[in-house]
Amino acid sequence: MRDDRGKVRVIDGNKAAAYGVLLCRPDVISCFPITPQSALGEALSSFVADGLLDAEIVEPEGENSALSSLIGASVAGGRTFTSTSSQGLSFMYDAYLFTAGNRLPVVMAIAMREQVAPHGVVAGQQDAVLVKDGGWIQLYAESCQEILDTIIMAYRLAEDPEVLLPVNVCYEGFYLSYQSQRVEIPRQDEVDRFLAPVGGGGRLRLCPENPMTFSSYTVPGSLYTEYRVKHCAALQRAKGKWDAIDEEFKGVFGRGYGGQIEEYRSEDAEVLIVSMGCATGTARGVIDRERERGGSVGLLKIKMFRPFPVERLLKALRGKKAVGVIDRNVSYAWSCGHGYLEIRSLLSDIEGAPPRVLNFIAGLGGDDVTPAHVERAVEMTCAAAEGRSVKPVTWLSLE
Amino acid sequence: MRFQSPYEAPWASPEPELDIKTGEWRFQRPVTKVGKCRQCGWCYIFCPLGCIEERETHFAANLEYCKGCGICARVCPAKAIAVVRE
Repeated sequence: MRDDRGKVRVIDGNKAAAYGVLLCRPDVISCFPITPQSALGEALSSFVADGLLDAEIVEPEGENSALSSLIGASVAGGRTFTSTSSQGLSFMYDAYLFTAGNRLPVVMAIAMREQVAPHGVVAGQQDAVLVKDGGWIQLYAESCQEILDTIIMAYRLAEDPEVLLPVNVCYEGFYLSYQSQRVEIPRQDEVDRFLAPVGGGGRLRLCPENPMTFSSYTVPGSLYTEYRVKHCAALQRAKGKWDAIDEEFKGVFGRGYGGQIEEYRSEDAEVLIVSMGCATGTARGVIDRERERGGSVGLLKIKMFRPFPVERLLKALRGKKAVGVIDRNVSYAWSCGHGYLEIRSLLSDIEGAPPRVLNFIAGLGGDDVTPAHVERAVEMTCAAAEGRSVKPVTWLSLE
Repeated sequence: MRFQSPYEAPWASPEPELDIKTGEWRFQRPVTKVGKCRQCGWCYIFCPLGCIEERETHFAANLEYCKGCGICARVCPAKAIAVVRE
């Protein structure tokens, strides 16, 4: 494969992710093919075959083995990468929890795809969102450029000695995995400098010179509780760290994403639309048009879904009249989307009168989230802001 | 909050005092009758925990780890091991 580091190229999301990984120089890579993520693993194998990347490629017989082999490599102190989608992620579930609980800084891309059933080899967010309480950090990207940049920043966050947690970089399959966009591919020396603060071998690792019991059977319960508390605390620390990493990245590479959340034309707005993933681009355009028409509408993009950006959101939602959350995923039990559920949990902590919060489910089963969907969400959220009675959850594509 | 481990994750030093004392799970224990033991070592071979130790005159279980399963008593050809309630 041609070496395009340091150049501007039109590449798809999988290729952008592969360049992000190449630039971070992982020691071990193990990906099992599943649509729509397969091309990412293929690109990484090509990088190694063509001598651009000095990494060990493990060819596993399934996703559980893919992540399990990285657990071993990570415990030995290596920088590791895997990627998957949908049922591949489900098949990893045991290893997924094991990675987080043992605080191993694995980075995994999820080219998000609908989760069975019904069977759907189409875009969605259900796979990644379902593992929201697996103890990983989850970052969602809006564009191919953002995928590449987020992978680089993800290693900086994962391997931070005060964090030491695995990170998912999530992007909608099909929409981003296969869509080609303009991407600036950083130079290797720039990324080397950016990642220099981590990866120096400072973390605890299993080696014959310093024998340790790893993932030891943890008794008594108070010790078990202690590791749970430490895990929660590390996730909380990751929030501020991420804002700082994003800021530093912007200084070096000229591109920033707002940290945990991006606030777009939201500061003076009375009504906010909340979005996560690639549909944010569509929402941005709609918000611009609404603004031209004099509407008081802004946009919040949730970039970091895990840990949830509670403090930043409490600030951003203060004084707003109504908030419309667009979700490309479903919580069966609550008959709504997960973003809505999470934002509803914040309401009682918002200073002053809390906003009305509405939910709009769109883009399931590979459907587009269209400008018309977002316009409808804006219209209904504005109606709620004016005090009119509006139903809390709307399934936009079934209206 | 009071913490017991210096580590962020369930890692530990392999030194024995930090290991799990599986002997705490036991409700019965093997007792070797010293004069009857022929030191053939069958109990040592069959013990699923590997906690039988060879002493000068006989074999006996390390009670810090012995779970009291009784396999050593069952396999002993000299019937030199009794299983007694704790």
